[in-house]
Amino acid sequence: MATPDEHNRRLSDRRAIHIAYAQAVPLTYCIDSDLCLHLNGTGHCSRCSDACPADAVDFLMSAQENTIRVGAIIMAPGFSPYNPQGKGSWGYGVLDNVITSPEMERLLSSCGPTSGRLLRPSDNRPVKQLAFIQCIGSRDPHPCGHGYCSSVCCMTAIKEAMIARDNDCELEVTVFYSDMRTHGKGFDRYFQRASDKQIRFTRCRPHGIEPAGKDGALRVRTINEQGRQLEETFDLIVLSVGLEIQEPTIQLASLAGIHLGPEHFASTSSFQPVLSSKKGIYICGAFSGPKNISLSIEQGSAAAAAAASLLMSRRDTKTRKLRLPPAQPPAAAVKTGVFLCHCGNNISETINLETVRKQISVLKSVSHVEEVLFGCSQDTRELIIDLVRSLGLNRIVIAACSPKTHEALFRRTIREAGLNEYLLEMANIRNHDSWVHALDPDAATDKAVDLIKMAVAAVMLKRPVTANTAAVKQTALVVGGGVTGMTAAINLADQGFPVDLVEKTDRLGGNGLNLHRTWNGEHVPPYIKKLQAQVLDHPGITVHFCATVLDAGGHAGNFHTTIRDHKEHRRIITHGAGIIAVGGKRSLPDEYGYGKIPGVVAAVEFDALHIYNDIRVSRGSSFVFIQCVGSRDETHNYCSRVCCTHSVQSAIELKKEDPNRQVYILFREMRTYGLRESLYNRALELGVIFINYEQFGKPKVKSHDEQITVEVWDHILHRPLHIMADMIILASGILPNPDAGRLASLFRVNIDEDGFFQEAHPKLRPVDLPTDGLFVAGLAHAPKPIEESISQALAASARAATLLSQKEICLDAVKAVVDDKHCDGCALCIDVCPYQAITPLETIDADGEQHKLVAVDTMRCTGCGICQGTCPKRAINVVDFTYEQLTAKIEAALN
Amino acid sequence: MRPEHKPKIIAFCCNWCGYAAADLAGIQRIQYPDSLRIIRVMCSGMVHPEMVLHALNKGADGVMIIGCQLGECHYIDGNEKAMARAELIDELLEDFGFENDRFLITRLSSSESEQFARTVGTMHKRVLELGPNPNSNQDNGDTP
Ligand SMILES: Cc1cc2nc3c(=O)[nH]c(=O)nc-3n(C[C@H](O)[C@H](O)[C@H](O)COP(=O)(O)OP(=O)(O)OC[C@H]3O[C@@H](n4cnc5c(N)ncnc54)[C@H](O)[C@@H]3O)c2cc1C
Ligand code: SF4
Repeated sequence: MATPDEHNRRLSDRRAIHIAYAQAVPLTYCIDSDLCLHLNGTGHCSRCSDACPADAVDFLMSAQENTIRVGAIIMAPGFSPYNPQGKGSWGYGVLDNVITSPEMERLLSSCGPTSGRLLRPSDNRPVKQLAFIQCIGSRDPHPCGHGYCSSVCCMTAIKEAMIARDNDCELEVTVFYSDMRTHGKGFDRYFQRASDKQIRFTRCRPHGIEPAGKDGALRVRTINEQGRQLEETFDLIVLSVGLEIQEPTIQLASLAGIHLGPEHFASTSSFQPVLSSKKGIYICGAFSGPKNISLSIEQGSAAAAAAASLLMSRRDTKTRKLRLPPAQPPAAAVKTGVFLCHCGNNISETINLETVRKQISVLKSVSHVEEVLFGCSQDTRELIIDLVRSLGLNRIVIAACSPKTHEALFRRTIREAGLNEYLLEMANIRNHDSWVHALDPDAATDKAVDLIKMAVAAVMLKRPVTANTAAVKQTALVVGGGVTGMTAAINLADQGFPVDLVEKTDRLGGNGLNLHRTWNGEHVPPYIKKLQAQVLDHPGITVHFCATVLDAGGHAGNFHTTIRDHKEHRRIITHGAGIIAVGGKRSLPDEYGYGKIPGVVAAVEFDALHIYNDIRVSRGSSFVFIQCVGSRDETHNYCSRVCCTHSVQSAIELKKEDPNRQVYILFREMRTYGLRESLYNRALELGVIFINYEQFGKPKVKSHDEQITVEVWDHILHRPLHIMADMIILASGILPNPDAGRLASLFRVNIDEDGFFQEAHPKLRPVDLPTDGLFVAGLAHAPKPIEESISQALAASARAATLLSQKEICLDAVKAVVDDKHCDGCALCIDVCPYQAITPLETIDADGEQHKLVAVDTMRCTGCGICQGTCPKRAINVVDFTYEQLTAKIEAALN
Repeated sequence: MRPEHKPKIIAFCCNWCGYAAADLAGIQRIQYPDSLRIIRVMCSGMVHPEMVLHALNKGADGVMIIGCQLGECHYIDGNEKAMARAELIDELLEDFGFENDRFLITRLSSSESEQFARTVGTMHKRVLELGPNPNSNQDNGDTP
């Protein structure tokens, strides 16, 4: 039975029994009970259960209700794409060649319905002119849309446009947009790369799509920035649909009794961004407002940290410890046992295992070959343990599926048998053989013999390796005492881990001390006071004021960092984990007459004047905000993320105080992302005038007889506009900490092109530094508003706590090892090691002769083997992947 | 009469992308030529240029290195280091009289199983066109 495949956005079909998608976890089949003839009662089919050799299909299985008693709940229901069907004049659902961005994602995917080829749905012809229309269902005040900005769609469209262009360099791509909201770390650069790739970005919002003729072409009418009417045709149009909270999530929230705010996003405070309105229920991800992957991941960790601090007293009360027999010392002669897995019939149906067995049995080092139906089943694992013990096998080859999914299991199995877990090799005769050569059993059989011979040859050379364990000092160091550093310190100390907090100045609070309100209007100063008091009163936190980091060494679980404090005392702090929260700096404008013309001030200064009701503000009747001062230019090629919202907020205040005031915001891209868009809408309602200067050059500020004028090109009237202003407020941005480079080299991590700390993976490991045990959060990582700094601080605490909650860590033994005999200290490997894990070493032998060598810090080494690929002497090798073992595999494959 | 040429291609696949894409191709039952012998490495940057030469000396008809897409390397930039080494490999091959086409370095992400199979198909065709490696099934001594 076939039905449209939801994963492929209904662009292809799937069966009633199916794997949801290729990367699903667990990667097993499930049955769609509505479609299944057996389950929906329309037939007597049981073909799948008849075919399943493992008898795994159980039609009698039914939903079960379980009650689980927990101390905390984390809710992460996310959001769903907006459905444009029947809304606006986009023709979605009527015109075949109008698709949504999630559908485009599937069309571009090599595992999607067209295998990654961009074909028009109407006639499967290759697409030549492609357009994206942004903000469908977002930033749309109409009742069928949403007022907020969905925050992720600009980057999604750019990414899809780039992939489409990469696949076909003739493709013409146009993106119709209102503002390009690429305010994330490194996103503006990505946007520039897209423009360089000749993707055309057109700032205007088309009003609808209509068919152009009968062959599936589409017409779009727009008014361009010069005010001219344009008509263009395309053969595929992607609607960049927004994201929304849908009914099931709303019901779940009401069941849980938590409060939802406007547009059904979960309400949170900026100061507790992962706490719901109900104690003990935490929320993370897009449920509390539109977010991309990395922010969602951060919030996932943050929610875990918040819950962990609540449940602190119950830590480890439900964990169990595994007991293993001592590993036997290796015997002199290699005795390899080879297990040939049928995998039901997944392998044996194609590969003639009898032939394989014959050819493998004769290999010199092989003393036993055993065929098994399911290698990973409990009874087979017991059989492996029995045979290892009774036959004295000391090397094991499992010819079955992928080591990526099963190596850990088999390592555990042989370890339970008393064999060192590294004396194992897997031959992937299923994924790489029987499944991909199903039509040629003879070839598959020959290949299986090769693959197993390769494994046998490599496993022979393996020696037992003991994974080192290292004691963990269960304390943390936090560098920087801004909002981020304080939040992280409090959370870790609340979780029971003592914290040393190092602050450069004599005050806690950092840039937060200059802030007055968060974007949703909460007052910052009382909150900072509360944090300061919590930090200073916490028995688990030691604050070192006026202190700097002088030196750093050690590794995850045991770092030793040297600091100098206000009394000029040097001291060494030992700690298991470290969080870098050294923040950033506000940029000082050097243009628009700043510092020369009295009425020209930076935003931070304006806030202070505004709060204290300075006469220039209270009597002023005309205010001009200029955006992107010191951001998004050649020297600071990134967006400071906070300034658009900040200016809009100030503009609203000015208008609310006196509606007769003239308030202008001169901007390039209005980046009031996510729910902040409501502020932008409010400012428009109040009559704040927004003028875009992106295309027509920067505004000019002049002062004559104490009167300031700003000249800017009016893109609606198409003539220069002269604004008399009482005050000019420069939205100056955020700079990296000037000390970041020095700190990064002390901690042996990196800074990015802009001077912020470089995380281990921009999407998947947003707060980890490349060195295990070190984390980064707040402005030190990239510009961001206070609530995102707090989320990141909690995320970094959670990541640190996963390390600190262990008394001892077991290190993977797959690491680089230096062969002292052959290494001549040439140091080529030192240069290529991404983790700075290799250092030069000089030794003196018994004869007093000096030798140059290198040494590997096993705590830093990740076993990538880039050193091994570089060493001209083959003197550095990664355990389990040595030059010798890889060569043995090559030779066995080609024998 | 000469027997039909059954080429063998050694493919060094990085654990995170190349190998994973090959695993996925299996799950999706994508069929591709049976000449491939995959050797799993942690990172494409782990493959020593001499290892490529060694495989050709031992009779491989082709050698591939399959790493992650730019920016997706599990080890920051190991794939870029591997790319940088590819030039050296090309020179080595030339010195030893092997056709450049016997070696291919490529990048794909773990989900690009189709791409994986296509690339293997292309390489397979290439080595068929080149004909057997003259070193096939004969030992050419050790690699320097
Ligand atoms: C100009 C500007 C405007 C902003 N506007 C807004 C806004 O409108 N809304 C909003 O939500 N957010 C805004 N922010 C961001 C907000 O201030 C931060 O997100 C928040 O304060 C968290 O900062 P942090 O703790 O990461 O860094 P910081 O506040 O910079 O704190 C870092 C701390 O580390 C200390 N330090 C630095 N180097 C060292 C060292 N080597 N050793 C020890 N200590 C060190 C510093 O003295 C400081 O105390 C703005 C930031 C700036 C700069
Ligand atoms: S003003 Fe600030 S937030 Fe707005 S676009 Fe410019 S740098 Fe980004």
